[in-house]
Amino acid sequence: MVNRHTGARNLGELLPGQTGVIVSIGGEGAIKRRLVDMGLTPGARVTLRKTAPLGDPLEINLRDYELSLRREDARKILLEERDPDENSAYR
Amino acid sequence: MKIALTGNPNSGKTTLFNLYTGSNQYVGNWAGVTVEKKEGSVKYKGESITLVDLPGIYSLSPYSMEEIVTRRVLIEERPDVLIDILDGTNIERNLYLALQLMELGVPMILAVNMMDEVRQKGDRLDCAELSRQLGVQVIPITAKKGENTKELLEAAAALARNPARDPSRSVGKVAYDRATEQAILDVYVILWEIPGLRGLPLGFYAAKLLEGDKKAGEALNLDKETAGRIERVVAAYEASSPYGDRETMLADARYKSITAMVEKAMVKAGAEGGLSLSDKIDLVITNRILALPIFLLIMFFMFALTFGPVGSFLSGGIDFILGDMLTRWVTGLLSSAAAPGWTHGLLVDAIIGGVGGVLTFLPQILILFTCLSVLEDSGYMARAAFIMDRLLHKIGLTGKSFIPMLMGFGCTTPAVMAARTMENDRDRKMTIMITPFMSCGAKLPVYALFASIFFTEHEGAAVFSMYIIGMVTAVVSGLFLRGTLFRGTVAPFVMELPPYRLPSPGALLRHVWEKAKGFLIKAGTIIFSMSVLTWLLQNLDWSLQLVLDNRDSIFASVGRGLAPIFAPLGFGNWQAAVSILAGLIAKETVVSSMLVLYGAGSGEALASALAAAFDPVSAFSFMVFCLLYMPCISAFVSIKREMNSWRWAILTAAFTTAVAYIISLVVYQGGRLIFG
Repeated sequence: MVNRHTGARNLGELLPGQTGVIVSIGGEGAIKRRLVDMGLTPGARVTLRKTAPLGDPLEINLRDYELSLRREDARKILLEERDPDENSAYR
Repeated sequence: MKIALTGNPNSGKTTLFNLYTGSNQYVGNWAGVTVEKKEGSVKYKGESITLVDLPGIYSLSPYSMEEIVTRRVLIEERPDVLIDILDGTNIERNLYLALQLMELGVPMILAVNMMDEVRQKGDRLDCAELSRQLGVQVIPITAKKGENTKELLEAAAALARNPARDPSRSVGKVAYDRATEQAILDVYVILWEIPGLRGLPLGFYAAKLLEGDKKAGEALNLDKETAGRIERVVAAYEASSPYGDRETMLADARYKSITAMVEKAMVKAGAEGGLSLSDKIDLVITNRILALPIFLLIMFFMFALTFGPVGSFLSGGIDFILGDMLTRWVTGLLSSAAAPGWTHGLLVDAIIGGVGGVLTFLPQILILFTCLSVLEDSGYMARAAFIMDRLLHKIGLTGKSFIPMLMGFGCTTPAVMAARTMENDRDRKMTIMITPFMSCGAKLPVYALFASIFFTEHEGAAVFSMYIIGMVTAVVSGLFLRGTLFRGTVAPFVMELPPYRLPSPGALLRHVWEKAKGFLIKAGTIIFSMSVLTWLLQNLDWSLQLVLDNRDSIFASVGRGLAPIFAPLGFGNWQAAVSILAGLIAKETVVSSMLVLYGAGSGEALASALAAAFDPVSAFSFMVFCLLYMPCISAFVSIKREMNSWRWAILTAAFTTAVAYIISLVVYQGGRLIFG
């Protein structure tokens, strides 16, 4: 049995290859608006692709495209605690 | 007839625009802001259509200049038709902008681009279904291959001929969740009752007011009572959801509606999050271990190609044609015609020497721009920003500053303009202020000249050290500016990493040709007239008589006045002072004026003249000063335009010149101590 739960409570805690489902977006103003405009909305599935060579920023995949954002902003994006319904930790 | 093009960045909007307009383009700025305005014309069935290329945007938020301009143009100028170009490979995010654009009530067509890639992935998009759900025409195209683009233009022209619709009825086309629809309708009805607002796209304003968009509120100038009624609608709306925040709620409603639509209209072949070819390439290129070596290798390759054997060979070829063949021919012609001596001076020394000396660098500048365009069009630039963000974050910038800074190696003018992509004003200003330290292509002649005379053993190293000194100065100045002028919070970094795409040779050629044209125009106008002027000023005295010895010339006396300022830096001779002044017109003219000022008809004559006037330490100090002092007039003007303020432009010029003076001083005085 593969334990599918990623254990990540926010986007900044995902490991490369893991997928989570967004619950809410923190922060405010222009940065928050930018994040939701780019499709980081509740219910969206997000996969962490990788971190940049120097440890920051992150590259994520959502809605069929790649987005890069810093870990400190990724931490403000909370994920569902329960398992995402599909394969998540197999890669 | 006026048709506007809009769409997300990287959606292929520019490709389509170029395809339609060819070379009939006009590039300028939107009034009052530093957002590029591109217009072109296209003939269709005998009718002339004006095509307006709007900036690439993701949303219609009130936070970025590009988005505000797009709103303003679509509301105030009301083009006959709006074509929104969507990238079919990530249709959800692209539709997000489309839903907002539809609210503006401009007759609209959606063009789903990159259909070849969609098909290649094995996905199937039912455009008829999408069209039925949105109530707008949806046309699948592949702009790169010209597929269906004629039909798109035809459809747009046909739509434009239809009588205009009433924009104030632009509401209720898209199905949202019940609470959102109700809230939009409630605000819409409140606005509808105000007679002064008839004719405006009320559906758009209703949605924006619901979001809490301050710009939209200001534009409508609502009275207190109306504002209060709207706030009550908003309060009820916010209470209906656990997120409790109007901006997120509306974005969420839009994306939910899009997801539902796409589910019906699109059949996806692969599993979600599967790896495409682009993803696989990316696994290597931005790999944790390989990314930095690959990055450095690409940079090295770019510089080696530009400044190494290939570039030097081409430059040498031009130098041979102009410096040897043309000079000999003109000299022969003049002597057989028994022309007076000064004609030789003006034609050969000033014009061929000055303009030709600069044209020699055309191949290298073109190679550099080709490289930068390939990096940009292939999608690597965004990865470079991704890789460099951490470092730039340390000096208070974002990875996005990396792009203008890298372009600064080509030419400061477009580099400063590239800073436009940065939403944050403080970041943009700071990036613009340090970009001139990235050694531009036009400064290369100065290094090449001095290095070939004074550092024959280590020519490459001497030139390369200029690039390093420039970068280090940029970083240190960044830290300094962050601690003084630009205190405050660090800007966020949220950037799309577009898929890798093979750059199209056509687009590349167009890009490079634009640069070549710009450079040739500069050579033919500014540099030509400056060369003539320099020659005149150094051959005439204050009473405008030809002088026998150019030590009596106007320039010599101005130079002698300025020279003491540069004495502590090791080059207190008037020729150096005057060339530095001339370099303000364009950095290439530092060399061309030296050729003229030292009365040297050839490279060898100049070399011996310079060898007498400089020693290695003062030569190096002079190179450093040329690297760092205020950018040329063309860059200065674009800095003014981009900062939208003379004060900032002057501050930038003063800052860079002060930095140049201090560092050259340290180099010269330090160098003298060490090398005695």
